[in-house]
Amino acid sequence: MIKLMGVEKKFGDQPVLQGVDLTIPVGKMTTIIGGSGSGKSVLLKHMIGLLQPDRGEVWVDDVEISRLSGTRLNDVRKRFAMLFQGAALFDSLSVFENVAFPLREKLRMKGPEVVQRVEEKLKEVGLTGMGHKFPAELSGGMRKRAGLARALVMEPEIILFDEPTTGLDPLLAKSIHDLIVAMQRRFGFTAIMVSHEIPEIFGISDWVAMLRKGKIVLMATAAEFQRTTDPEIQEFISVGGTVALPGSRID
Amino acid sequence: MHMIERLGAWAVTRVREMGRMLLFLLSSFTWLVRPPFRFHQIMKQLHFIGYRSTFVVVLTAGFTGMVLALQGYYSLRKFGSEGLLGSAVALSMIRELGPVLAALMVTARAGSAMTAEIGIMRITEQIDALDTMAINPRQYLIAPKLVAGVLGVPLLVAIFDVVGIYGGSLVGVDLLGISEGAYWNSVESAVEWKDVYGGILKSITFGLIVSWICCYKGFYTRQSAEGLGSATTEAVVLSSVLILVGDYILTSLLL
Ligand SMILES: Nc1ncnc2c1ncn2[C@@H]1O[C@H](COP(=O)(O)OP(=O)(O)OP(=O)(O)O)[C@@H](O)[C@H]1O
Ligand SMILES: [Mg+2]
Repeated sequence: MIKLMGVEKKFGDQPVLQGVDLTIPVGKMTTIIGGSGSGKSVLLKHMIGLLQPDRGEVWVDDVEISRLSGTRLNDVRKRFAMLFQGAALFDSLSVFENVAFPLREKLRMKGPEVVQRVEEKLKEVGLTGMGHKFPAELSGGMRKRAGLARALVMEPEIILFDEPTTGLDPLLAKSIHDLIVAMQRRFGFTAIMVSHEIPEIFGISDWVAMLRKGKIVLMATAAEFQRTTDPEIQEFISVGGTVALPGSRID
Repeated sequence: MHMIERLGAWAVTRVREMGRMLLFLLSSFTWLVRPPFRFHQIMKQLHFIGYRSTFVVVLTAGFTGMVLALQGYYSLRKFGSEGLLGSAVALSMIRELGPVLAALMVTARAGSAMTAEIGIMRITEQIDALDTMAINPRQYLIAPKLVAGVLGVPLLVAIFDVVGIYGGSLVGVDLLGISEGAYWNSVESAVEWKDVYGGILKSITFGLIVSWICCYKGFYTRQSAEGLGSATTEAVVLSSVLILVGDYILTSLLL
């Protein structure tokens, strides 16, 4: 379980997080929505200790990680994988080597097992035969999918997805959503996703939380979330006349 | 009062920055001695800093030796001691110009590229990605570059010295007509082990300066294209200045 308590973060004198309280349920898919620049990526980075809060606490099970460093922080991080908003592929490595990297460096795997797992993941994200290419030779959507393969390949307990489908065409976006959901069901990892894909996320998430003005203004099951009477939230999730999907995994 | 305040603030920032640079160096070195050992990474960096700088080093060394011989011949002839040309070229090369010029060339060629590479990795969150994989970026990225700088620059300096002394003979012997025997005799009789050791010590120090400063500036690049540009410029300027200042200090200590 990941739990943020009163997390505050400023960059210079620009406040970004202003007292975030959030509990992420284990083994479920939680999606965080919110306006552009509202601090969603910053929030995710706090959960894995890439950013330290100015005030407040970040708990991963029974460890408070916001003041940890070195080996003790690494022990916690070994339970995570993260897909960055910009994919953050290593430029100097091929797609194959990128996906193999955490297996080799983090799990110390070797030989044919690595090849097999990498090829399998590349196939699942639709990048079969692209392993030899370098990140600079890929389209934005392909880079995103390679990053996704790199995050999924470790099969960790907790995966953070920062906008996994941004920049993909609608069909591809759907197939990536389906893939994430299928993997999540199969391995039961805790998924935390940042996404702008409204209304699609209501169909695939267990929980939805909204970040606004540096705070979590609402966290509810996907079905309840859509029934909110808060006019500002309603406006955000129904803008452009999109009709929210009725289906949800928890009811 | 205002002036003094500003001066104080400036000094505090500088001192803090220096502290951060020193910590960066120390922590990268302590990560070096912890497993896993990144032998392959070190070799890759050595190839980049060393092997790929060879051409430019040979080129500068050749011309430096040649111009030294020209200038030296002109000055020495005034005293009728053209026969000392070999010593003049060899000593200036080994004691001074080899380490300094080779290190400056490495800064310009490999150092700036190192800053840019690490800076891009910072901006595109590749360094954060390493962190999330519980891999220490200082161990994986920085330490191998530091080692490669410390090993690579002395090797390049050795090449620089040899090529430079041959360049000198090309001009002195083949062009200006000093006898070959006189040139090489004078090289041999003048150069002592002490000179060579001094040169090696300098090149190790300069190798460390280049890789340290260039890695540091890349590692703490600010999040923008502009930040990357200024990081690269600052890295090249600062490491060149430190090489020249370090050269003066080492020379005065070694004399
Ligand atoms: N390292 C940083 N240094 C300074 N400011 C930062 C840093 N990271 C984020 N910010 C600022 O924090 C704010 C929130 O950024 P964040 O990337 O979390 O937004 P976001 O909600 O993910 O937006 P988007 O949906 O566009 O990705 C922005 O104003 C950004 O400029
Ligand atoms: Mg973001």
